[in-house]
Amino acid sequence: MNFILIAVITLGAIALASAIVLYVVSKRFAVEEDPRIGEVLEVLPGANCGGCGFAGCSGMAGALVKGADNGSIDGLNCPVGGPEVMGHVADLLEMTAASVDPMVAVVRCNGTCENRSRVAEYDGVRTCKAMHMSGAGETGCGFGCLGCGDCVEACQFDAIHINPDTMLPEVDEEKCTSCGACVKACPRTIIELRQKGDNNRRIYVQCVNKDKGPVARKACSVACIACSKCLKVCEFDAITIENNLSYIDFEKCTLCSKCVDLCPTGSIVKVNFPVTESISSVKEIKEAIQ
Amino acid sequence: MNKLVVSLSPHAHGSDSVERNMRGVIIALMPALLISFYYFGLGSVVVCLTSVAACLFFEWAISKYVLKRQPSLTDGSAMLTGLLLGMNLPSNLPVWIILVGALIAIGVGKMSFGGLGANIFNPALVGRCFLLVSFPAPMTLWPVQGQLTTYTDAVTGATPLGLMKWAIKSGNSDVLNGLPSSIDMLLGNISNGMGAGTIGEVSALALLLGLIYLLWKKVITWHIPISIILTVFVLSGLMHLYKPYYANPVQVILSGGLMLGAIFMATDYVTSPMTYKGQLIYGVCIGLLTIVIRNFGSYPEGMSFAILIMNAFTPLINHYVKPKRFGEVPAKKKGE
Amino acid sequence: MKLHTFSKGGVHPKEYKLSHDIATIKAELPKVAIFPLSQHIGAPAKAVVKRGDKVKVGTLIADAGGFVSAPLYSSVSGTIAKVDTAIDATGYQVPAIYINVEGDDWEDAIDRSATLETLANHPELDAEEIIKRVKNAGVTGMGGAGFPTHVKLMPPKDTSAECVIINAVECEPYITSDYRLMMEHADEIVVGVELLMKAVSVDKAYIGIEENKPEAITLMSEKTAANGRIKVVPLKQKYPQGGEKQLVEAVTGRQVPAPPALPVHVGAIVQNVGTAFAVYQAVMKKKPLFERYTTVTGRQIDHPCNFLARMGTPFSQLIEACGGMPEGDNKVLAGGPMMGKAVISLDVPVCKGTNSITVLSGADARRKQSEPCIRCGKCVSVCPMGLEPYLIATFSSLQRFDELEKESITNCISCGSCQYTCPAHRPLLDNIVQGKAVVMEMIKSRNKK
Repeated sequence: MNFILIAVITLGAIALASAIVLYVVSKRFAVEEDPRIGEVLEVLPGANCGGCGFAGCSGMAGALVKGADNGSIDGLNCPVGGPEVMGHVADLLEMTAASVDPMVAVVRCNGTCENRSRVAEYDGVRTCKAMHMSGAGETGCGFGCLGCGDCVEACQFDAIHINPDTMLPEVDEEKCTSCGACVKACPRTIIELRQKGDNNRRIYVQCVNKDKGPVARKACSVACIACSKCLKVCEFDAITIENNLSYIDFEKCTLCSKCVDLCPTGSIVKVNFPVTESISSVKEIKEAIQ
Repeated sequence: MNKLVVSLSPHAHGSDSVERNMRGVIIALMPALLISFYYFGLGSVVVCLTSVAACLFFEWAISKYVLKRQPSLTDGSAMLTGLLLGMNLPSNLPVWIILVGALIAIGVGKMSFGGLGANIFNPALVGRCFLLVSFPAPMTLWPVQGQLTTYTDAVTGATPLGLMKWAIKSGNSDVLNGLPSSIDMLLGNISNGMGAGTIGEVSALALLLGLIYLLWKKVITWHIPISIILTVFVLSGLMHLYKPYYANPVQVILSGGLMLGAIFMATDYVTSPMTYKGQLIYGVCIGLLTIVIRNFGSYPEGMSFAILIMNAFTPLINHYVKPKRFGEVPAKKKGE
Repeated sequence: MKLHTFSKGGVHPKEYKLSHDIATIKAELPKVAIFPLSQHIGAPAKAVVKRGDKVKVGTLIADAGGFVSAPLYSSVSGTIAKVDTAIDATGYQVPAIYINVEGDDWEDAIDRSATLETLANHPELDAEEIIKRVKNAGVTGMGGAGFPTHVKLMPPKDTSAECVIINAVECEPYITSDYRLMMEHADEIVVGVELLMKAVSVDKAYIGIEENKPEAITLMSEKTAANGRIKVVPLKQKYPQGGEKQLVEAVTGRQVPAPPALPVHVGAIVQNVGTAFAVYQAVMKKKPLFERYTTVTGRQIDHPCNFLARMGTPFSQLIEACGGMPEGDNKVLAGGPMMGKAVISLDVPVCKGTNSITVLSGADARRKQSEPCIRCGKCVSVCPMGLEPYLIATFSSLQRFDELEKESITNCISCGSCQYTCPAHRPLLDNIVQGKAVVMEMIKSRNKK
């Protein structure tokens, strides 16, 4: 009986001593943290995607509280949570959240298998980074999408997938949070964050080829050849042509679509516009012929 | 003309492959396997066949149904595990125990970590040690040689290692006179009613032939086997000089699973260190542990446990032991 | 006799020196010659001609673009068709000059005679003059990398050169251009070596030749027998013996420290044997660099050849002259199978560093399926730089760049021995070069601050 008693008392004493040590240590070495950071962290989505520019949501929470102490949380935005979350955070901190235009990832390449023929076969590690390092890729365009899906790997929101028919990535507008992970993952900076636009409509140049016109066109039938027609027709000064490539500034673009209609190769595209009368009548004619 | 193929360099590859290495080890095991059939007969054939078949089956079944991926039986690693497991068992072990061993070896020792290349412990040894600890009696009844048509009903006896243990425990060096001569141990001719040991460990000569083959075909390098054998030789020599009831070093390196372990088990790629320096450290420590367990522990055989313990240290060795970088010269004057 | 070699690692690929005994032939002139403006390490050259200009063989068509750069000379006579872009060995469009070839008129200044000019006949040549002529002739490293030679001959102030080491190792399989050059122009090469020695003011030179070229060892030993300052060093055959760090160690026993250290930090100036020949021609014959020895080879090529090819000749023409492209899958490499670049088009032109065009066909053109790492450690044992390829390849793919820097990834010379050896056919070097590029960027931006 003695043995059991001794064992029980010894173990009990050890347990009590450990508990006291743990309690003292937790109090002594406790990290002082502003309780508001914890509250803000609760409201933030918790995806740790880095879209706000900080490494994780806790970094963002810390910056928001700091900003609130300094009088303003402008310039801080969680693209994943959007205006709803920012509104909650603003209420918590008794600040006003700045309104931010929603953005979306846009893939600036239309080099589908049909438009851009494959001239070589790549037999190495199938990541965009590796293929980019090995050379121009499998086509004559050294700037275009390589189709290995580094962007898909990087996306934490299941918002981008490679279409197996075109071998190009496609962005799901509903799911995209414009966190920018795919932009960083693409070794050729093909993906860009652009404004979602009024009614979700956008116009952009779906090409990043900087080779001279004839060379670009030979490699891909929908390449930008820098013919400057778009530049000449834009009344809003939104278009610049640099290094044989046209670029539309989304801040200035008014979605008038004049450049889209004029582009000889079709490299300028408009997204989410209704089908216009003229096009539907061409369709009707085509159907009638068939 | 077809499209040109492109990739990053290098564009050439040597003739080495995983299959070639596994095949090399299996061929190197053949002398020992054939000798064991000669000494143990039916029992060893049944044990080895069962072990190989069971390992192949479990690897296929677990790959396909549990891990849900393509089974890769053709790389030869499951067959090798089966063969090595079988050679680490006594020839009178019942089939159902072998099946349990194979399941543990493949299922726990290999597949639970992620398959080929991902395991920390040598799967065959995991299986063997599990069986040793779970079924101590069947795993320590060693058949006497020469009973070619018996299986589980073989007559058993104490092994040379058992004798050595008894000599240490009783402090009586006369016991060691009962050991077979060194030549006999080399050839594997362990008679006089003595049990010979596990299937694979009897003939040191056959195992050494396997070592020569492995070195010639560049499947392994000398670092692990030689460092283990030398360490055991030196340490057991010191022990023998200290007290005569410790067996002499030649008898020690020829006895038990030392040769089998040093040549085939410790040299397993996945569980041994990646650098030559690391392999030497690994080998010396295995030798040390083997001597400690054999002489001071309660088991007569220490090799399997020594290897498993050092397997656990392999990641640590890999982390701290780096090869010498080219150009890493301490105090060379620039340009002289 | 015990042969020298480097101390760590190395592999033994099959030699396939198919064109070993084929005497060099002059390649036919192309119809249109293409000259990328960047055929060397450093700033690209700047075009000094425009469309319509007439040029002769040896006319300057592009000036050096900076200190670490080299001028470019026309290898053909004709009219400038355009200054545009062309596809180079990387597959990208790069600025290039196109010349429509008409006839074969050479600049008068070039000495086309066969007389051997020696230093004894030209006491006026001092180090400064030699380097000036080398620079003006646009000579760059002929081993493939293309480092401007005149820059190498002016080592940093805090170093002092002790010897010149000539890289005649040619350790890559298939390539025989350096060997043929030695067999056919041994005398000129010796003078070239002496010129290099004078340029860097040293009195010792070593010519490293692998043992698989016994005739070259014999011939060069004969030619240098009388000269007490140049020694031929036969080397054991092992890849990558031709890597400059490995060569320096094999010849002098000294190991070049990690980058940014150079061989000259241990007193050695390393030059390819083709560069030595180009130096002779530049200094003694006033001939700028516009043609070179190129091997065109491959196991399925009808008749592998060694060509004296003018720069600007498209690969397709040279391959046609050897019997054309084989049927089926093909991989065309600018260089050898271990470190060569796979081209995406046969319109790529011969450049200053094109020492060979290797055609790998059929099963040789494709990689085998990659399997999980079996942790055999063979990659570690063959790495000539003492790195751990399995580790740095995995860290690269996991993007752990700080740890990569600690593992000395910048020491990697991209020789490919690791991937060549790996039994699981893992794409080790693919991952390592990616990691190396990122780490070097990191270090560069850190040093800028």
